[in-house]
Amino acid sequence: MTRGKAVEVFKVSKSFGDYQALKEVSFTIHENEFFTLLGPSGCGKTTLLRMIAGFDIPSTGSISLFGTEIGTLPPHKRRVNTVFQSYALFPHMTLEQNIAFGLENLGWDKARRKARVAEMLELVHMTPFAKRKPAQLSGGQRQRIALARALAPEPQVLLLDEPLSALDLKLRQAMRDELRTLQRQTGITFIFVTHDQDEALDMSDRICVLGEGRIQQLGTPSEIYEEPENRFVADFIGATNFLDVEVLSVDGPRARVRTPMGIEIEAAQKGVSGPGKATLSLRPEKIGIEDQAAGEIIAGTVTARNYMGGFTHYTVETRGAVLRVSRRNALSQAESYAIGQQVRLGIVAGSARVLGQ
Amino acid sequence: MKKSHDIRRYPGFGTVTVLFFLWLYAPIAVVIWLSFNENRIVSVWTGFSLKWYRAALDNGPLLDAVRTSLIVAVVATAIATTVALMAAMVLSRNPTMRGAKLSETVVNLPLLLPEIVLAVATLILFSQLGLADGMTRLIVAHSTFCTPFAFLPIRARLQGMSTDYEEAAQDLYAKPLTAFRRVTLPLILPGVFSGAMLSFVISMDDFITSNMLATGGTTTLPVYFFSLIKKSASPELNAISTLLIVLSLVLASAALVLSMRAMRRDP
Repeated sequence: MTRGKAVEVFKVSKSFGDYQALKEVSFTIHENEFFTLLGPSGCGKTTLLRMIAGFDIPSTGSISLFGTEIGTLPPHKRRVNTVFQSYALFPHMTLEQNIAFGLENLGWDKARRKARVAEMLELVHMTPFAKRKPAQLSGGQRQRIALARALAPEPQVLLLDEPLSALDLKLRQAMRDELRTLQRQTGITFIFVTHDQDEALDMSDRICVLGEGRIQQLGTPSEIYEEPENRFVADFIGATNFLDVEVLSVDGPRARVRTPMGIEIEAAQKGVSGPGKATLSLRPEKIGIEDQAAGEIIAGTVTARNYMGGFTHYTVETRGAVLRVSRRNALSQAESYAIGQQVRLGIVAGSARVLGQ
Repeated sequence: MKKSHDIRRYPGFGTVTVLFFLWLYAPIAVVIWLSFNENRIVSVWTGFSLKWYRAALDNGPLLDAVRTSLIVAVVATAIATTVALMAAMVLSRNPTMRGAKLSETVVNLPLLLPEIVLAVATLILFSQLGLADGMTRLIVAHSTFCTPFAFLPIRARLQGMSTDYEEAAQDLYAKPLTAFRRVTLPLILPGVFSGAMLSFVISMDDFITSNMLATGGTTTLPVYFFSLIKKSASPELNAISTLLIVLSLVLASAALVLSMRAMRRDP
């Protein structure tokens, strides 16, 4: 499917004094895409969002919106709207007035405004609250109004700056689904900024992992999780075991490596040219334990156990390496392993990944 | 609040409070009491009378002084508040701007200088400039020393307000001026109001500068008052003072009600 380019960021850099927040970042966001900027705090993701919104101007580079250069336009001349982390609902206006604010500035007539406000309140299930002030709402309700206010002027792109971070856990999960549904319903391109990898994996069509002012990897959630291109991405997304390995041979997307545990395994790879030292990423849930152990088998001793409800995490000391292993608690407590217990671990060919340098 | 931490339960709380308020308000109460005394001699109470009020309201020069003071205070407050608002907007939204620290110091400088110095300097400057009109001189001088008093509360309010609101307004297609008028200004209004009140009171109350700059037709109320006291301690003074106290109470109550309304709106 070919889709139009909603946002094109080209070689954008941003410096604040001596500090370089972004270094020549380029990427394209497609029309009707749920696109996530993911990274730790200080990685430049918010700066990038603020530049698309117009609150900051790139030091160099260009940003275009549906083919029109907008890099230096002030915020009120860009057809993008933002859902702020703090929601920033105007406290002196009713919810209706909040939602109508953008429409008034765009010069919509009264009848059209009224219809659109009603439509938006309906969309976020807040119709009975139209005459209330923001202070009279709960966090989740404020979130909905912030969304309605930003969607009302029919933006070409909607920007969301960590909108779920102020909500409690249960509500956050519900809002994730709601956001996703809203995006499909409206067909508007969403650019979502978060530091929460679960949110990113759950909601996004594509994720752009930012770190140290650069794009570390851009891809679908499963590509980001299953095929991390470097140590930063493998470390930031999910938990993993890093092992110093020696690449023995490379054959296309596969490499044969010798692990510190003494065994040789076949791992997926990208960007490794030939034999030499490398880093291997081995996800805890990809290591089989006891009855689930398959492939190359190694022996170890359980040194720590963390019961997480749905999963149990084990720390297992093997000859040459300490591995984190997680096992889904599918059947019963019977399959739990005690500290000090000897266990067999299994690593299946292709389940680990050699990281590019 | 836990009962044990309630300050009202501390020993001696009641006594100290009563003493404190006596100390604070006893002189004022005496003035109000004596303003109704029929007798000319302050220490002799001969009966209730409103005649000093009548005398005060019939006193032409006094009413002129009130008028002068009010005109100067209103115009100076308007100028000082506008300047302070602009300064506060620029300084709180561009704290890293070159010269921001310096500008802020300059705005606040009149607070630190002894007023007599400022008054003399203003007088000399005005003579040098050949500015002779009494009213203009008073308004210019009052606007100057009122500005920092208007600036401080506005600045505090702006500093406490997230820039998210202004950004949200601009994000929703408001031009900068519209964003200011419809979002920023309503949100900082309590601060603007406190600033205006403060500069109004400071201007009404000013003696040193006004006395220095006073010309024949432009005597302000405090200056007139002072000249009256020097001549004789007429009970008329008590009546005028009482009227002023009532005026202040009305203004202060209005300020309180307005800011409480704003607080309720914006928790």
